[in-house]
Amino acid sequence: MKLHEYQSKQIFARYGIPIPKGRVASTASEARQIAEELGGRVVVKSQVLVGGRGKAGGIRLAKSPKEAEEVATQILGMEIKGLPVRKVLVDPAANIDQEIYLGITNDRAARRPVLMASAAGGVDIEEVARTHPEKIIKVHIDPLLGLRDYQARDIAIGIDLPKEYWKQFIEICHGLWRAYVECDATLAEINPLVILKEKSLLAVDGKMLIDDNALFRHPDLAEMRDVDEEAPAETEARKYGLSFIKLDGNIGCMVNGAGLAMTTMDIVKLFGGEPANFLDIGGGASAEKVAAALRIILSDKNVKAILFNVFGGITRCDEVAKGILAAMAEVQPNIPMVVRLVGTNAEEGRRLLADAKMITAETLADAARKAVAAAQA
Amino acid sequence: MSILVNKDTRLLVQGITGNEGLFHSKQMLAYGTKIVAGVTPGKGGEWVLDGKVPVFDSCKAAVNATGANASIIFVSARFAPDAIFEAADAGIPFIVCITEGIPVQDMMRVREYLDQKGARLLGPNCPGLLTPGEAKVGIIPGDIAIPGNVGCVSRSGTLTYEVLYALKLVGMGATTCVGIGGDPINGTNFIDCLRMFEDDPHTEKVVMIGEIGGTDEEKAAEFIAKHMTKPVVSFIAGQTAPPGKRMGHAGAIIEGGSGTAAEKIKALEAAGVKVARHPEEIPDLLK
Repeated sequence: MKLHEYQSKQIFARYGIPIPKGRVASTASEARQIAEELGGRVVVKSQVLVGGRGKAGGIRLAKSPKEAEEVATQILGMEIKGLPVRKVLVDPAANIDQEIYLGITNDRAARRPVLMASAAGGVDIEEVARTHPEKIIKVHIDPLLGLRDYQARDIAIGIDLPKEYWKQFIEICHGLWRAYVECDATLAEINPLVILKEKSLLAVDGKMLIDDNALFRHPDLAEMRDVDEEAPAETEARKYGLSFIKLDGNIGCMVNGAGLAMTTMDIVKLFGGEPANFLDIGGGASAEKVAAALRIILSDKNVKAILFNVFGGITRCDEVAKGILAAMAEVQPNIPMVVRLVGTNAEEGRRLLADAKMITAETLADAARKAVAAAQA
Repeated sequence: MSILVNKDTRLLVQGITGNEGLFHSKQMLAYGTKIVAGVTPGKGGEWVLDGKVPVFDSCKAAVNATGANASIIFVSARFAPDAIFEAADAGIPFIVCITEGIPVQDMMRVREYLDQKGARLLGPNCPGLLTPGEAKVGIIPGDIAIPGNVGCVSRSGTLTYEVLYALKLVGMGATTCVGIGGDPINGTNFIDCLRMFEDDPHTEKVVMIGEIGGTDEEKAAEFIAKHMTKPVVSFIAGQTAPPGKRMGHAGAIIEGGSGTAAEKIKALEAAGVKVARHPEEIPDLLK
């Protein structure tokens, strides 16, 4: 789950990381009021969950409260990469001497968190990683021991940070580490962390990603979810415990198991079709779940055929077939359905479905061919 | 012969009195797996599965009383990390965790601790493993595979069942089938299993089923090129997966342009691995 800049920075502040004194506004007049309170120049920043806000014109400087209102009016009417801007953050403009990147993320290959910094801050760090990997200094953190002072100091030395800032920098690293651990983040990033002309450090921009699997112990963070970044069908699917991702094709896929669901998409493509979605209905296939999944797939008007692919293991295929039939009776879709059932009691399951005039298939390849043909008919 | 589990495995089931734990324990017992004990804190002293299996309050008590040498965990994500720590501290050398949805930072701590203890974890978010005809430790349906000479290792559950079933239909069987799970941080990886299959005299060929996300398949390809004498056939799921989206499994995600199926297939083919275009081609490629 992604958090907005303003949410991430509020969390950072709780861990002692210095952030600008701004506030978030959802109307232009609120933005003006905040600018008046702050006094001086402000930055009006769109709060949307995509990168490249600056380039899209979603981050603008304003010299007066009146200008802040004008700029906010423009930004609040924008869409950035398809996402509507519903909020702006109004921060005092900082007197920046230098921009630094500082972040903690999971290094999957090393199976450890990694603290990273670069003197080339303020830009896309993945771009720096590609073009100048030597400019990124990294240290892996023992998940049982936590971040050590010397590790943060090594990073400061690595990015040639002047000595006068080391103490504050190490405190910020510890704050970021605690925010990362205590919020179950998969990324906690300050970009840029700036050296101000006033000779101190300030986290001007922030980003956090939270581990969805850990939200059960962070109800406060779970409430911060912004569903704008998801397709509405994905939000709906989550309610039913379904794993769903919308794609651009016209063959709806309903499968049990994530690996098999990906494989089903792949084989549709291999036989000349385009999958409309990824959908894992999980173990078994109760009528209720199948019905919810069907409704979600059918909400996409591009879908011209549906391919069910279910491996009956411990859940027997005849039970799965009954679940599918009950769901069909409830939803009554009017597009062709191709069903492939394999595994325990597959023949019995196929017979039940063939009686209901569904197209049945025995192999994956056969099912994909039939689904592609049905979508083109 | 087999790897990791066989007819002599003495299994402990953590969470044996829960719905899933009880259901799958029954299935494992019916398959012939030696379940020697169960653990559910607060239910020590009870007997389950028609009085065949004693329940203990702790892993330590269960190990002391029964000599269990492997454990399987059917405990919700909230409590599973603690269950893994408990099994490791009770001295159990092989721990299988079926649980899906464990926070990734918990898994980093678990893995670090287990490495220090010298215990092996399989999973989490995995279907467990099956040595056909000898032992089933997990939730792989027992009747979809027969004994044979193919070693299987996979990040996916139902996709593995597909492959085992396709092999069975042409009369091919498995030495052991290992589901390593779909999480980004796991206990046992491809290389661990490939090494064990290479050393297992009864395994003659290996099927490796990967998917998008991470670089484990690429590392496995390097290992195969350097150390494997037995032929390896592979399939990689997720060729049509969009970047930046988690495809059901927590670990199945293309991040920063890395972890794509194309990269993995390229690395495997360069290592001399035959990569199937779809799972039904696997039996032919093994012949």
